[in-house]
Amino acid sequence: MKTIYLDNNATTQVAQEVLDVMMPYFRDLYGNPSSMHTFGGQVGQRIRAAREQVATLLGALPEEIIFTSCGTESDNSAIRSALTTRPDKKHVVISRVEHPAVRTLCSHLNTQGYKITELPVDKNGILDLENLEKSLTSDTAIVSLMWGNNETGVIFPVEEAARMANEKGILFHTDAVQATGKIPINMKNNVIDMLSISGHKLHAPKGIGVLYIRRGTKFSPFLIGGHQEKGRRGGTENTPSIIGLGMACELAAKNMEKENTYVKQLRDKLEKELLKKIPHSRVNGDIENRLPNTTNISFEYVEGEAILLLMNELGICASSGSACTSGSLQPSHVLRAMGVPFTMAHGSIRFSLSVNNTEEEVDFVIEKMPAIIERLRGMSPFWNQSGQACTSQ
Amino acid sequence: MWEYTEKVKEHFLNPHNVGEIENPDGVAEVGSLACGDALKLTFKLDENKRIKDAKFKTFGCASAIASSSALTEIIKGMTVDEALKVSNQDIAQYLGGLPDEKMHCSVMGKQALEKAVENYRGAPALEAGAKIICECFGVTDKEIERAIRENNLSTVEDVTNYTKAGGGCGGCHDAIQQIIERVKAEPKTDTKPKLTNIQKIRLIEETIEREIRPSLKQDGGDIEIIDIIGNRVIVAMRGACSTCKASEITLKDFVQHRLQELVSPDITVEEAAK
Repeated sequence: MKTIYLDNNATTQVAQEVLDVMMPYFRDLYGNPSSMHTFGGQVGQRIRAAREQVATLLGALPEEIIFTSCGTESDNSAIRSALTTRPDKKHVVISRVEHPAVRTLCSHLNTQGYKITELPVDKNGILDLENLEKSLTSDTAIVSLMWGNNETGVIFPVEEAARMANEKGILFHTDAVQATGKIPINMKNNVIDMLSISGHKLHAPKGIGVLYIRRGTKFSPFLIGGHQEKGRRGGTENTPSIIGLGMACELAAKNMEKENTYVKQLRDKLEKELLKKIPHSRVNGDIENRLPNTTNISFEYVEGEAILLLMNELGICASSGSACTSGSLQPSHVLRAMGVPFTMAHGSIRFSLSVNNTEEEVDFVIEKMPAIIERLRGMSPFWNQSGQACTSQ
Repeated sequence: MWEYTEKVKEHFLNPHNVGEIENPDGVAEVGSLACGDALKLTFKLDENKRIKDAKFKTFGCASAIASSSALTEIIKGMTVDEALKVSNQDIAQYLGGLPDEKMHCSVMGKQALEKAVENYRGAPALEAGAKIICECFGVTDKEIERAIRENNLSTVEDVTNYTKAGGGCGGCHDAIQQIIERVKAEPKTDTKPKLTNIQKIRLIEETIEREIRPSLKQDGGDIEIIDIIGNRVIVAMRGACSTCKASEITLKDFVQHRLQELVSPDITVEEAAK
């Protein structure tokens, strides 16, 4: 059975070009970049090149790039650094729809005496900047808002938000894990202080991330150890992955237009056809301000995990915001923050595409989904035969 | 990805008895859309009062659908009394087990069954006085009280982890908190853990050694354990006690009293035949 992979916000396939540049650094060029000998030193040069490739994608300077182990480490490092370098300030502002890498850290910080403000979003997942303005106080150390939402794809106006924080002398961090490579990012045109990237979301391997730190921003390391990354992140470099990420960033810059034309057109077709063919379905999140590859669709009166498993039988991979898929007892915090009714939240499916998807794949999903939903609705006590929903609950 | 058994997958992909029986003898709807799973169960009896047919409609994940399918298969051919004895563990076992996080799906099946029988009889099928507190997962006050006592729980979160109660819509958190406070306010003796036989025997020995023998020895007497059968402690009185006319009183008012107080209120003490 062929796998149709529409779960690229979860992780992506490593690009062939990326794997090719990585391979020599596992067995042939395995030297430590910190070594004095040429054997290791040449790897150091290759890391410098990768740092430049990453910087180019972001419109940043190479020295503003720190390699980390993942997006979560980058997010944690950024927020903790802000609190360490501003020890007198005890307030952090985030949104209610942040990734767990930020949200769970902040809940933890809350138990350590920090005050956390979680900004609400509206029913389309959009942030009201007026609320941000009001939340900023003289005690605020950092604002951390995601650039693109992993579940809905909704894009936050982070550049504007960063200006607001900047004017008040407050640090600004953005989790750009989903946005990087999908929408243009140019750090020369904004005042964002710190930005997190995860390699495996843009066709690099898992286990590599980036933290961008604007030049001149005070930084306190999270991992303390050797002199690697100019003492800002201890630990021997993950050389193959760093080199792979460099190539992935180069490819992302090349594919940026394709993401916003080809991928977007596939996503739009999938979304439009599913909504047309399946009654009682709707898109979660703002349709305009959205990453080009993501659509989050709710199918009313059926449960997400059951949908996913029937899709799985056909080789189709996607995700759900339903409670059952996560092991928790509640549906996705993002959908709840948006006030998506429970009837909709439990039956939400996220399709996230990439440049590797084809029109045939999308057509196949469009062809198969209506029967899957119909079959589950046939079993649902909230759905009656006439197609009219029972709304007593 | 959940690790479902082949049996769960089979009952999810090809569920048995989907639908609704017209003019059923018993019907029940449990769960809600808000909670993420819901089940409507209908059954019909034959002339011998055995369940001839059972059907379900379920909104929920794969394990909820599989549990419903399993439930209807299990109860077919049973009398309602037999059906009431089916536990959520039976449903899970029929499916070759469910992941821990999914056990509430089997609980939902059990709850629907009880409610459907209740509907058929027109009277409560649950243990006397038990009331559903958590509608989402069908957990009764009795079950919550038991979990609190047996595991010495003190927060709503603890109760959710042990019973699932309160893990859905959250509407019952206040009620759970009240139960916690009520149980905590009970006299301590109720919370004394149930002893195993070995533990009980040891505790009896220790109590006699520490609390009883020294007092008897002061008066030149002594005591020896001959046997312990269940809650019956058979002893022999030694020394001054063996000839003391009041030894019967010592035995009941002192020895038995202390053992009842410190070991278990059910203890009786007898003197071994001489």
